[in-house]
Formats: sequence, structure tokens, C-alpha cells
Amino acid sequence: MKPVIELRQVHRDFQVGDQVVHALDDVNLKIATGDYLSIMGPSGSGKSTLLNLIGLLDRASSGQYILDGRDVTSLSDGEQAVIRNRSIGFVFQAFHLVPRLTAAENVELPLMLAGMPLHERRSRVAKSLEALHLADRAQHKPDQLSGGQRQRVAIARATIMEPAVLLADEPTGNLDHRSGMDVVEILETLNARGITLIVVTHDAELGRRARRRLHMLDGRIHVEQGATV
Amino acid sequence: MRIRDFLGLTTSAIIAHRLRSLLTALGIAVGIAAVILLTSIGEGIHRFVLQEFTQFGTTLVAINPGRATTAGTSMGVFGTERPLSIGDAEALSRLPFAKAVVPFVQGNAEVKADNRRRRTAVYGSGPQMPQAFSMSVRLGRFLPADDPVAPRAFAVLGSKLRAELFAEANPLGKRITIGGSRYRVIGVMEPKGTVLGFDLDDSVYIPAARALNLFNRGSLFEIDVLYRETAAVDTVVAGIERVLKARHGKHDFTVTTQQQMLDVLGSILDILTFAVAAIGGISLLVGAIGIVTIMSIAVNERIHEIGLLRALGASRGQILGLFLGEALVLAAIGGVGGLVMGIGIAWLLHLLLPALPVHTPMLYVLLAESLALCIGLLAGVAPARRAAMLDPIEALRTA
Ligand SMILES: Nc1ncnc2c1ncn2[C@@H]1O[C@H](COP(=O)(O)OP(=O)(O)O)[C@@H](O)[C@H]1O
Ligand SMILES: [Mg+2]
Repeated sequence: MKPVIELRQVHRDFQVGDQVVHALDDVNLKIATGDYLSIMGPSGSGKSTLLNLIGLLDRASSGQYILDGRDVTSLSDGEQAVIRNRSIGFVFQAFHLVPRLTAAENVELPLMLAGMPLHERRSRVAKSLEALHLADRAQHKPDQLSGGQRQRVAIARATIMEPAVLLADEPTGNLDHRSGMDVVEILETLNARGITLIVVTHDAELGRRARRRLHMLDGRIHVEQGATV
Repeated sequence: MRIRDFLGLTTSAIIAHRLRSLLTALGIAVGIAAVILLTSIGEGIHRFVLQEFTQFGTTLVAINPGRATTAGTSMGVFGTERPLSIGDAEALSRLPFAKAVVPFVQGNAEVKADNRRRRTAVYGSGPQMPQAFSMSVRLGRFLPADDPVAPRAFAVLGSKLRAELFAEANPLGKRITIGGSRYRVIGVMEPKGTVLGFDLDDSVYIPAARALNLFNRGSLFEIDVLYRETAAVDTVVAGIERVLKARHGKHDFTVTTQQQMLDVLGSILDILTFAVAAIGGISLLVGAIGIVTIMSIAVNERIHEIGLLRALGASRGQILGLFLGEALVLAAIGGVGGLVMGIGIAWLLHLLLPALPVHTPMLYVLLAESLALCIGLLAGVAPARRAAMLDPIEALRTA
């Protein structure tokens, strides 16, 4: 199968004072459409940097990034934004819901940014919240929701544009075990329906659930387990 | 992004911090209110004064003693090299374009009639004054065309002075004393009200030559010449200057046309407008600083939101637009509030002080609102730019 994501000799360097930190050091990676990948490794090993790069929130210092057959290594800010909006969904450890907006409005944000007409948006948001068992919470503000509910709202928001790739950075990091498992099951269900899922975690149990497992160390892919493309 | 969603997002942020937004908008509102109020008063005064000035028609020329370099400073110059005399006025009245020539002296004196007395304005003038200044006589007649150098001791009363001295009684033919000299009342004027602050009704008119004696003055304050509409103003000024230069031997007087008076008035009002603009400008500057401050705080508070929106696909431009839009909405609310406040206070002022003319032209309203929007835009630029330039990863990571 053709890979949806391909990284070739990707480096990401940060200048810290007069030192250069190699957050990513010669990363080569192919991820197939519909894959389920976990990225593990100690703190500071480059997991988030890799995820942000894949999510086009960041740019490689050198190397090449091909997304869905298109070279996206050096796109403009605006072009990156469009791809993030249409093809990539983010789920964060800290949920990052906008506190003054209701659950439904938070989910609606990507559709608003895409300029979708109101009536179309409403039904899509309703369906999405329904699927995540949040229909009765649609008009609640984030501070009226539990952690698990918040993360479900965040997942609804990340998937409302039906992106090809869903990126989750420590999605269960702020949740108790039960809600964490709920969230993981939801993510896996979405993967089973075809979305490419990449989860960063340092929870070994969670990491093991993925078909493909990367272990990072000092900016390199140290060990890789599971099926490769 | 659609305009409606754009507005929805910005207003939701403003509503989320109602009190703070209100106070920020208030800063702009005070500035706009000040601008609107002051310009309303300024414009009201402008119109009022213009109307006062032009009510006598525009074919009036004033001659004052003394040579002024600018038209403005000649009004009320009393220390003169060569005075303006009754004879000057006589000479001017022989000019072909002169319809009416009015000598003018003014002072205050005590006026006595039988057992009543009142300190009042005394105008020394000539027989053609009613014609030149469109005044009319209610009872009797105005000062007659006597020998201008030795006129008879006749007096014409303003309507208010007549009421004070004689109440309902017929004053015609009565004897009064003005500053110790005896006069006979020959007429009463129609009420005229105040013109440029002079209460023309609380006054008495006597021949100019007698007023000069009464106030012990060597010179007239002014000679006004009403000229025929067919004459060109340049010809009139040249003619007057020729006559007076010939009589005085030098150019030691100032001729001011109605147009020049209006110009002087205009420049005074321009200074007033400038002062208003400065005061309003300072309040608006304070309001603008308020917007900059609040928007900077907002950017810091919503750093996660900015990172998130970027992750969800907002471009830098959209983030810039959102925060700029917020500053604009704040300023627009402040602008509308300021208009309501300014017009409201102007209206109240008009109710409380009917004498104070107030006028708010629609153009000023539109200009003030645009000004508020411009200020919002300018004040919002720096914080909005900062928001747009934030690194989304940093923004999301910030604790
Ligand atoms: N913006 C940055 N500036 C400087 N150093 C950075 C920056 N972002 C990440 N790093 C460094 O890059 C390395 C990898 O970071 P990160 O990807 O966040 O690690 P992980 O997510 O695996 O904990 C770390 O050493 C970190 O300090
Ligand atoms: Mg990390």
C-alpha cells in the first residue's frame, strides 16, 4: 500500500544558547494509510517534535516530508494551515478546549475555519457529538465537563473534518485509567474505520496496543516493532 | 472563514470579559463623547456667530482708528495716533457708493428720569444707524440729521431701558439726564435682543458728537459704512482709503470688510477647533492605550487558544484578523457609546442653557465613529501581530 506519510532523512535542530539540540536526528519513516502507530521513549527523546512535524505545526531543518504523495517539506504558512485543517486532526494531553465556547462550538471550530455554511455544520457537529455520546453535553462549557468528556469533545473536534491522519500526544496523560481506556477505545474505533492513528505515549501498556511501535531515543528511531510498510 | 463566524468568535471573546470590555470601550467612549460634545458646541457657536455677523447684510465696512498689520487686531484699538473724527464720517458719507455712514462711540453712564435711574450702555451714533443695522423704531423717531458737529440733545431709548425708566408711561418728549447732561427722549427702538453679547435693548442712543463729549474721548471707536450692492468691495475700500488718507495725511486707520471679519472669525474658530481636537485627541489616546493594554492581556491569556486555532488550521492572517477584529469591535462599541453620550450631553446642555448654541452635524458623527474605528485598528495592530506571529507549538506548550 502507498504510504500516507513518508519522512526521508529528517533532522530537526534547535539552537539553545550556543548549543545545537538534535531533537530529530536522521528520521526515516513510512506510515501506511490506516496504520496504528505508537511512539514511545523517554522524555526529551523527540516524540512531540516528530508528531508536530508530521502535523505540519513545525518544519524540518533538513530532509523531506511527503504527505499523501505531495512534498510538503517547504510549504508556506497558509498552505500548511489548509492541510492541517483538512487532513490532520490533533488530540492533546491538555485537551485545549476554548473555555468560553460550548462543547458544540468547540467541535465546530475547524468547520468555521474552513468556511463551511452554518446549516451543514450544525448537523455534522450534532452527529459527531452523538457518536461520542456527548449529545446531552453539546451546550455545556468545558468547565462543566469531566476530563474524559473534554477529551471526547477534543476528539470530536479533531475528526469533524474527516482527516486522513489523527495525531494524539499523550491523549490519556491527564485522565484517570477508566476515562483513559474510554478514549483509547474511541481512537482505536476511529482507526478501525480507516483513519491513520499516531499516538505518542510513555505508557507502555497503551503503546503495546498499537500495530506498529516506535521507540525513540535522542531524536532517533531506536527500535521499531510490528508491521512495516 | 465567514464574516458571521468571524464576528461571532470576536464578540464571544468580548462578551466573555464583559466588565473589562466595557471599561475598555468606555475609554474610547469618553474620547469620542468629548470630541462630539466639543465640536457640537464649536459648530453651534460658529453658526450662531455667523448668523449674528451676517444679519446686517454683507455690504458693511468698518473703519477703526490705528493701523493694524493684520485685520484681526484693529478691533478695539483705542490708543491711536490720529483719531477718527465726526468730520471723517461726514467726508465718507459724500462718497458715491455710501448708502449709510454711522459713527460709533460706546460707553456706560447713569441715566436718570424723574425718580428712576439706571446704569446702562450709551451708544453715540448717527441718524443712519437704523438703516445700516436693520433696526426699527417703535415709538417716535430716531436721531435726526442735525449738524453732526453740534447736534441737539436728543436721546432714543432701547426697549428695555424704556421699560425700566418709564414702565408703561409714554416717554416721548420726557427729559432725562445721561451722565449729568440733559436730553429729551424722541424715540424708542423695537426690541432687538443681544448682538454679539451687547444688549441693544438695555441702552440709549445719543448723537456721536455728544457721546464723545460725555466720555471725554477724542476719537470715534468706529465708523461703519453701508455701501450700495452694485459697488465692488475693492472700489469701496479704495475710495474710503483715499478720502481718509487725504484727510489724515497718512494711512493710520484700518478698513475691515465683512469678508475679513468672517475670515478673522473663521481663524478664531479654527483655533477653537484645534483646541477641541487636542483635548479629544488626548482622551482618545488614553482610550487607545486602554485597547492596546487589554488586547495584550487577551493575547497572553489566550495563548493556548491561539496555538489551538493554528493547529486546527487557522492561518497567521486569520489569527491577526480575529484579534484585530476584537480591538475594532471594542472601539466600535466605545465609538457608539461615545456618540450617544456626546449627543446626549449636548442635548442636555441645550435644555439647561438654551442660550448656548449646540449643533451636531451628521458628518461629525460619521467622522467620529470612523475615528474610533481607526483608533481600534491602530491600537489592535501590535497585539494582533504578536498573536499571529506566535509559534503554535510554543503557544500550545506554554503552561
Ligand atoms: N522549541 C524548542 N527549543 C529548544 N529545544 C527544544 C524545543 N522543542 C524541543 N526541544 C528539545 O528537543 C528535544 C525533544 O523534545 P520533545 O520532542 O518535546 O521530547 P518528548 O516529546 O519526547 O519529551 C528535547 O531535548 C527538547 O528540549
Ligand atoms: Mg512530549
